[in-house]
Parts: sequence; C-alpha cells; structure tokens
Amino acid sequence: MAVHSDEHTKALHDQVLYLLKEKFATGITSSSCDYDFPVFVVEKEVAHDVLKYLKEEPSLNYHFLTTMCALHYPENAGNEFAMMYQLHNMPENKRIRIKTFIPEQKLEIPTITDLWAAANWMERQEYDFFGVHFIGHPNLIRILNMEDITFFPLRKDYALEDPTRDDKNDSMFGR
Amino acid sequence: MSEITRTKMEMAKSPEGVEGPGFFLTSMEKAVGLARKNSIWPLPFATSCCGIEFMATMASHYDLGRFGSERLSFSPRQADLLMVMGTISKKMGPVLKQVYEQMAEPRWVLSVGACASSGGIFDTYSVLQGIDRIIPVDVYVPGCPPRPEQIIEGLMKIQDLVGNESFRRRNSPDYQELMTKYGIE
Amino acid sequence: MSEFNSNQEEFKEEKEYTTLNLGPTHPATHGIFQNVLQMDGEIIRDAVPTVGYIHRAFEKLAERRPYAQITPITDRLNYCSSPINNMGWEMTVEKLIKAEIPKRVQYMRIVIMELSRISDHIICNSVVGVDTGALTGFTYIFQWREKIYEIFEDICGARLTTNIGRIGGFERQWPDHVWAKIDNFMKEFPRILKEFESLLMRNRIFMERTIGAGPIKPERALEYGFTGPNLRAAGVDYDVRVMNPYSSYEDFNFAVPIGKEGDVYDRFMVREQEMWESLSIIEQALKKIDRKEPIFHADVPEFFLPPKQEVYNQMEALIYHFKIVMGETDLPKGEVYHAVEGGNGELGFYLVSDGGRTPYRLHFRRPCFIYYQAYPELIKGSMLSDAILTMSSMNVIAGELDA
Repeated sequence: MAVHSDEHTKALHDQVLYLLKEKFATGITSSSCDYDFPVFVVEKEVAHDVLKYLKEEPSLNYHFLTTMCALHYPENAGNEFAMMYQLHNMPENKRIRIKTFIPEQKLEIPTITDLWAAANWMERQEYDFFGVHFIGHPNLIRILNMEDITFFPLRKDYALEDPTRDDKNDSMFGR
Repeated sequence: MSEITRTKMEMAKSPEGVEGPGFFLTSMEKAVGLARKNSIWPLPFATSCCGIEFMATMASHYDLGRFGSERLSFSPRQADLLMVMGTISKKMGPVLKQVYEQMAEPRWVLSVGACASSGGIFDTYSVLQGIDRIIPVDVYVPGCPPRPEQIIEGLMKIQDLVGNESFRRRNSPDYQELMTKYGIE
Repeated sequence: MSEFNSNQEEFKEEKEYTTLNLGPTHPATHGIFQNVLQMDGEIIRDAVPTVGYIHRAFEKLAERRPYAQITPITDRLNYCSSPINNMGWEMTVEKLIKAEIPKRVQYMRIVIMELSRISDHIICNSVVGVDTGALTGFTYIFQWREKIYEIFEDICGARLTTNIGRIGGFERQWPDHVWAKIDNFMKEFPRILKEFESLLMRNRIFMERTIGAGPIKPERALEYGFTGPNLRAAGVDYDVRVMNPYSSYEDFNFAVPIGKEGDVYDRFMVREQEMWESLSIIEQALKKIDRKEPIFHADVPEFFLPPKQEVYNQMEALIYHFKIVMGETDLPKGEVYHAVEGGNGELGFYLVSDGGRTPYRLHFRRPCFIYYQAYPELIKGSMLSDAILTMSSMNVIAGELDA
C-alpha cells in the first residue's frame, strides 16, 4: 500500500539525518524509518529550530505542515508527553515526521505559529486535549471543549464517559 | 418482480361532528387542531449527520412539504416545531435551551436521531446524553441516522399530538409543572 | 446650519462598529459554528470563529474501541462522504498489518469512493446555489443522490453513515442488482449533471455573485494547510490520489482540475469538474472489474470478519469471528500514517498501536478543521452575503471540524 519502497524511505532518512546532524549535532536523539516515514526524535529545545531548518533549507523544503498531535505516555517517567509533527515537501513528494518528548513537570514547548499559520488551531487543540502549553502562541485558549473546564480530557488518566451520568446500570454492562 | 398492487387509498377523515347542508358542527379544538396539524412550521435544528437525512427528507424524493411543512422557519419566534437533529454537545446545550425558550406556545419538540434522544453512540464527556435533560420532548425518532420515512413518521406522530391537543393544555398545572422541572418559565 | 459652522470646531468623525453574532444556529451556516463579526455597516472588519459545538471526542472514543469498531466513528467525520472515511481507516489498518489487497477489491473500493465523492460534491455545489437563492438545482439533483444512497444501501445496509467494508475488503460479494444500479447511474447521471450545470455555471447572476468572493492566494493557502478542492481552486495541484496513490489509483487516467483565483466560483467549478473526473474513474473501474470473480476480500483471516454463512458452517471461521469480536487478535506495534483524498482534502489517520486490541492513540488529520482557520482572513473586507457564500463554498462539515 505504501508508495515509497523501504529503500527510498531509507535513502530519504539518511539524507535528512546527515543534514540535521551537521546543523544540530546533539539535538537529534534518535531516528528510524516507520512504515514509509523517516522519523526523527529531537530534543524539546531545538524542536522549533529543527522545523524551521527543515522548512527553509532549499535542499529539504518541507514547506507544508500536514499535521501535529500530542501523545501521552504516563509510564515514561520524565518523558510523559510527546509532540509529533508531520511535514510534507509537495514538489518532490517527501514526507517526514519529527517527534519530541516533554516532561510533565514542565509541560511547555515553543510554538510554531510563526512558521505555519495552520499550527494555530492545531496547537490550541493539543492544549485543549492534553494541557501542553505553547510558548508564544497568540491565543492559547480551549477550542473544542467548553472554555471553563479544568481537566484535560485526552490524558490517559481521564475517563471517557460523562461523569454526571446516573442512569447507567453498571452491573448490567459488565463494568 | 411481483405484480404491483394498488395501494388502498384512504381519504383523510374529518373530525367527529354533525353534518348538514352547508354546515359542519364540531368542537373548536378539533377544527383548530385540524388546521394546525396540517401547517406545522418546523425549525430544523440540524447539527450533524441527521441533518443530511433531513435535507434528503426535504428534497423532492421524500418531500416533507406534502405534510404542510414546506416553509422552514429558522427563526424560533415563527416556528411551531423544533426538530433537533444530530448530536447536542454540552457546549451547545445552552444554545438549544435559548432557542426553545424563544419559541411561542404552542410548541412541540421532535428529537430526531439516537444522539438527540439519548446521546447515541457517543457516551463521552462532551456530549449531552439526550436533549430531554434540558428541554421537554414530545416525540423521539430513533435511528442513526433515521431513514427519511422514519422522520416523516415522527412528524406524523407530532401531527397526531397537534390535532388532538386541548386548548387548556398549555395553561394546565401539569404543563406548568413540566416547565418548572426544566427551569423554563 | 450657520450656528454650527460658527463654532469653528473640527468635527471628528467617530465610527462605531456593530457586533453581529452569526450562529451557531443559522440557516446558512451548514453546520454549527459561530462567528462573531465586527461590521462596519455591511462590510466585515473582523471575525472571531468559535468551534466545538459538536465535539464528540472521537479521538478519545477511538482509544476504547477495537479496530473494527472504529469504522462507525470514522463515518461520522465527513458524513456527506462516509465511505471515503471508512476506506481510509481500513487502509490505515491494512498498512499497519502489511496486508496485500487483491486488485479487484481495490477497484471496487475506488468505485465506492468516487461515488461518495460525487455525493459530497453534489451537496456542496447545490448548497452554494441555495445560498445564492437558486433552489432549483438543489431540488433536481438531490433526487440523484438518492440513487447513490440506494447503491450504498444494497451493499452495506445503510444510506448515510455507511460503515462500509471491512479491514481486508468488503463484507459480502456485491449482488447483481448492485451492478445494475451502478450501470444505470452511470448511464443517467451525466445528463443530469449537465442539466445542473446549465442552471448555474454560466448563469450571469450566479457568476456575478461568486466571482471575486473570498479569494485566497496559493502561498497563503499552503501556509494555512489547505488541501483538497479549496487548495486546487487556489492554483496548487495537490491531490493525494496522484501524489501518494493508494488502492491502485495509479492505474487510472484522470485529470486534476485547478482554479486560478481561489474564489467561490473557482471552488464551484473545481468541484463540478471533479465530479466529471470521478464519473470517468468509475467508468474505467467498471471496465477493469470482473463481475463474476468471487474474490471480495484479502486473505487476512485474523482481521477480516468472516461472512456469516461461513461462521455458521466452518470451524476456523467461527474461531476467527470469536477472536476478532472479543478483541483477542494482536496487532503489530508501530506508528502509521495514511492519508486519503476525502471530499474536502487530505484526510489523514495517524495510528499509534501498542499491540493491544485498541489503538493507543488515533489522531485524525481533518482537512476542515485546518482550513477553517483561514475563514476570518478570507472574509475581511467583504460583505456579509459574500461571507455566507464563502463559508458554504468551503464545504465546512461540522462533524469533521469538531470530531
């Protein structure tokens, strides 16, 4: 189903890794090829600069932000949250994924709204769902949920169901 | 393919009353009910997928205009029937209540779809588990989404309610109690 | 007047701007989203959109459900073209488990996806007509959407939220009358589409209303993450079916229509032309499919829910059915992203699997959510009626916006 063969992805991965390692020697934690995406794990401090470099470097030209989302790994002490960015170079049809880990104690990361206007609402959505604070975001308020709730619903420790519901009989539903 | 059998057509029955040359005597309630039920002006409060089935119901194939509901009113002040179609989230709840309060009596509510009736498949923190938590509902149409025929049947049940409603109902103590239960004046 | 002039005072002109609340319940916003507009008379100066009125927590819901049960949730993303969402999800899981899908199944999927693309574009284009006051097109062409619904109903049982297909293919072989209905649709619909076009495409009133309303430049569109017909109307030829072909789209010959200005008329025309291209793709697919061939699913017994006749008669099918429904099958660990060309653009599924029976994280890249951010910029300086047209031509579907 993947368009790019594994060799093609590996070649892309090596090319980008070489350039990234040249520019950000220690910031690149690890890298791999996942299913047809070169994936690079970077340090939180250089994430914004890595994305800026990927966007503006002419030989890389990842000019389009496809999507971004946050993930919650509550067992990973020190690296409970992760941000994932996916970029796309349309003229040469290359895609790439950047991941960065954020500790729960200091749940913040610089915003990328200065690079892509599309990141505005995507970051608000991840703030709404996980509570990740984006430093420098022009309007970081909740977007999909009601503005006055105090919890972050998509975290693993928050339940799915409506807590005020009293008409469900748990004994019949096997909960 | 079997033989197409002719449907047995029934003429609509007139209300009970005394008939004579040039006059028809019946109760005022029945006459007004007959007029009201064949000219219900709905307010389509379409939020999600059920709204698309409503569009199909309003379109030419399943024409809702046959039942007198040709004129959709998007202003609550001019509407008789509030058709809530689609999921109502907790963020939308106050808006729905405000729209309901702006409607003038007599008003009816038709809850179309599983989400409006009970929250549907979305048993989540952000979805209101049924609009009858905030406004009184007259007819529930289940389905996800209900077929246009089901929506039409829901409307026909509303027509039954409208045709048989007594004038005093809206001022009766039972009804007032219902409204206070929901916190509506 | 003279006593005023003798004051010799400079009259400072003070302007007061009106605040107008558009929505969330509004006849013309097809879906519930709110815009608080600051107006200078009839001209809009600024807009603040509020979304989330139909937030149903799909991403959280998906973490609770086994993979086969997530298909009904994906239906309700862009509910005007549910089969595309369903197929996109199934292809994501097939990518995760590295399944090989037979060509016949892929071509059948393409037929379904293109039919639902036509159905989505019918809604959008006729609703743009309705918003300019032209109800005739809507009434005539919706009759034909019923024909598409009948085809879906005969295949999977549901009209709108189809839950069509399984991980690995289709749930049953398509019966003969389905093929007959598709053939009939292909025969009759081009004439109807031409009739619809003749009502609006070169209609002077429609053109004057829509040309120049809500334009966007291609660079700005790319920065805002536009994809799909809105981006193609702005002039960028990005189509996921061409760039990252899935389900054998590379075997088909079709054009990708592109606009120039990115205004409402261009979006209307791009969608109109895409319907013609979809018809051509379906025609090519119908020639390539062998209708008598018995294959309708891939050979992935651990994930493909077997047909009921086999479950009642064969032991292995019963065991696999039990394992899949109870969620005993283990999926490989990994992260996969798969995108399909939905009715509105690149609909992406980012799936993180930890080997368990439900996804660890499922993120939907929803095109509506991303490009609706640009709406305030598109309507600044235009009149209120143009703002309404811009919103309906962008085809913002509330289910996809809020997820």
